Amino acid sequence: MNKYIRTSLAGLLTSTMITGAAFAAGTHPTTGEALADDQTFTYRILDEHSSVDPQVVEDVSGAEIVRDLFEGLMNQDEDGNLVPGVATGYTTNDSKDVYTFTLRDNAKWSNGDPVTASDFVFAWKRAVDPALSSPYAWFMELMSIENASEIIAGDKSVDDLGVKAIDDHTLEVTLSAPLPYFPQMTTHSTTFPAPQKVIEEFGDAWTKPENIVSNGAYVLTEHLPQERSVRERNENYWDNDNTIIEKVVALVINDENVALTRYLAGELDRTEVPAGQFPRLQKEHPEEAISFPRLCNYYYTFNLSDGGPEAFKDPNVRQALSLAVDRKIITENIMAGGQPQAYTFAPAATAGFDVPDVEMASMSQAERDELAKELLAAAGYGPDNPLSFEMVYNTSEAHKKVAVALSQMWKQKLGVNAELANMEWKIFLEERGNQNFDMARGAWCGDYNEASTFLDLLQSDSGYNDGKYNNARVDELLSEAKTSDDAAPLYTEVERIIAQETPVIPIYHYAGVYMMDSDVGNWPVKNVEQNWYSKNLYKTAE
Amino acid sequence: MLAYIVRRLLIAVPTILLLIVASFFLMHFAPGGPFTSERPLPPAVLANIEARYGLDQPLWKQLWDYLYNIVVHFDFGPSFKFKDRDVNDIIAQGFPISLTYGSLSFLVATTVGVALGIAAAIKHNSWIDYFAVGLGIAAQALPNFIMGPILILTFTLWLGWLPGGGWNGGQWPYLIMPVIALATSYMGSIARITRSSMLEVLNSNFIRTARAKGLPTRTVIWRHALKPTLLPVVSYLGPVFVYVLTGSVFVDIYFSTGGLGQAYVGSALSRDYAVLLGVTILYGVLTVLVNLLTDLAYAWFDPKIRY
Repeated sequence: MNKYIRTSLAGLLTSTMITGAAFAAGTHPTTGEALADDQTFTYRILDEHSSVDPQVVEDVSGAEIVRDLFEGLMNQDEDGNLVPGVATGYTTNDSKDVYTFTLRDNAKWSNGDPVTASDFVFAWKRAVDPALSSPYAWFMELMSIENASEIIAGDKSVDDLGVKAIDDHTLEVTLSAPLPYFPQMTTHSTTFPAPQKVIEEFGDAWTKPENIVSNGAYVLTEHLPQERSVRERNENYWDNDNTIIEKVVALVINDENVALTRYLAGELDRTEVPAGQFPRLQKEHPEEAISFPRLCNYYYTFNLSDGGPEAFKDPNVRQALSLAVDRKIITENIMAGGQPQAYTFAPAATAGFDVPDVEMASMSQAERDELAKELLAAAGYGPDNPLSFEMVYNTSEAHKKVAVALSQMWKQKLGVNAELANMEWKIFLEERGNQNFDMARGAWCGDYNEASTFLDLLQSDSGYNDGKYNNARVDELLSEAKTSDDAAPLYTEVERIIAQETPVIPIYHYAGVYMMDSDVGNWPVKNVEQNWYSKNLYKTAE
Repeated sequence: MLAYIVRRLLIAVPTILLLIVASFFLMHFAPGGPFTSERPLPPAVLANIEARYGLDQPLWKQLWDYLYNIVVHFDFGPSFKFKDRDVNDIIAQGFPISLTYGSLSFLVATTVGVALGIAAAIKHNSWIDYFAVGLGIAAQALPNFIMGPILILTFTLWLGWLPGGGWNGGQWPYLIMPVIALATSYMGSIARITRSSMLEVLNSNFIRTARAKGLPTRTVIWRHALKPTLLPVVSYLGPVFVYVLTGSVFVDIYFSTGGLGQAYVGSALSRDYAVLLGVTILYGVLTVLVNLLTDLAYAWFDPKIRY
């Protein structure tokens, strides 16, 4: 009897395990590749994430986790194109200031409750609510949602926000200005729905694994701060049947070299490659070392404010310094991770951005150096009157190498004395933000895949314009681009003006440089924003 | 003795208070704040955040509220960076971890260090001495930020014996490397201090007397030489104990142990004021307590000292 029960129990267990892991034992439904039994994806994060609350999260590693735990109106596919999420689609009026999203009726929270339009309304109101004081409240302003700015400033009630649930499956958003790329912005975590009941019950502690309820493909099952967080499949997710990865583990490893060692020891499926090590790793592990363009730039900005150095007020000086930078040496010998050389501010990888023919890009380095000497001499600087200034960067090995290379290039080619100064991150931001510098390092990653996310930095009244560049024509073009159906030519013109006036020296554009286990399938290398979703990944059998 | 302890504890109160006030102002005077970021927040958003955390109040008011909450509610405030945890949570999570690998490192460093030092002194100028001195110097020259990567390369990548990091509730495979990394250089110092102290003691008159009356070497060492030998070692161990207990930032960084060291440095870099201050207070209190214990221990090691 006992034996019989045991045998049938074992049989029952086995059959449950087989159904539960239908994919694990089988092949990929579209590619036909054999799938690994263990569908666990383990990756390294540099630092502990700040939060997994969609309206509060502000760091990249947190947003990656939130994208797995929650699902917004729209998602991105492997190429960064917009695909349905909780919404199956949307319509807009002619003036593009009212958007209506239709929500799927089978979307569920992990506790089984349906996901409705009011969950979005609650979340969006929450994002702008001064009581929550989200550091990403500005994203709702950027989305131009009606009354968002007034609510944040405390002048209107959250109930005045331009978002409403027509019924359970219809969400209507009213904007204060037409915004052609509004739907793209709904892939951002700030716009993801939030479970009102759970938040009201647990307060700030609602994001702890024992309390959290989410609507994405995964649920948070474990979180050991500074060590790891684990997310596992949400059985209630509407597309659970097509999800392959069972479990995703994010390990906090502060040191990138230790992370690389642990990757090589087989503890991780993905880690970043430290600067300069890509060529060696590519030789030793050609299948695993990958590099692809990303939506970020790396530049130095001149201080063009009234308090800035007199010398930099002359465009010839700025252009000469930019020309003398041998970007090839920096990208190939220092970074060595397949980063593209930069001659424009926005990366070529930006969607809908036509890279203008910048004169400098087509010249040889020898020609550039020659022209740089002429321009600097014309500006009145030479051996008798050498140009001197200080360049600041935030403390980091890689930034230091780049800064040393730049100062050497300027010294050797132009006789310029650039003094290096490094600062701790927060001090650096403070000094740069207060224009207490001659020339400062800068880098920017796009908040969304559109050239304005970069070029807006050079708008005269932008809070991010630390160099205080001011050009009326640039301002005009950028504000025209906001509402234009075809902004590409406007952006191209802005880049032409920037190339002529050189308020910044673009140096390189970022590449995603990873060690990625070759059995990880479908990593979205063509998604330049690197908005990846674990539900689209899979692991093949080795 | 009891009166001495009470007196010391009473002095500790203004000491800690001074520490809090000084750290509070130093912290607020450092450029940049918790919400300084590469994407400067719009003024209205920043104002909401500052209001939420009371950062819009004058500094003296913030300090007063802070002290009030500690004394009345034992609440050390919220973390500005980690939204679902406050300072009490962060310390409750990190301190036990630091305490575990710290005490183990302390135990290893002390026992191995003292044993090596004594062996070297007894067998002065023999191969044991040279070996112990060599090992001591080598260990001292290997701070934990050098030991960390070497250990991981050796035991994780090449030999594949140990996991490269993590804590997992403090299971032993996860403990070995952090403990060795943290203990090594202290062990070296302890061995050298013990050796030179023991050599000095062995040459003193009372030891010569003990030997002259025919006591066996073992008794001379254990009963007469050991206690005075350990006196300088104990004064070195006090601060070391506080240091290893409160966690090592390098151990936390290299082994992802999740201890308090990383939280401390991280909070300073991100200007997470309450966390920084909370951990500083913890370190301060521990220092005061351990110093008191060290002073009490002196009395046991040296009967000439009385309180």
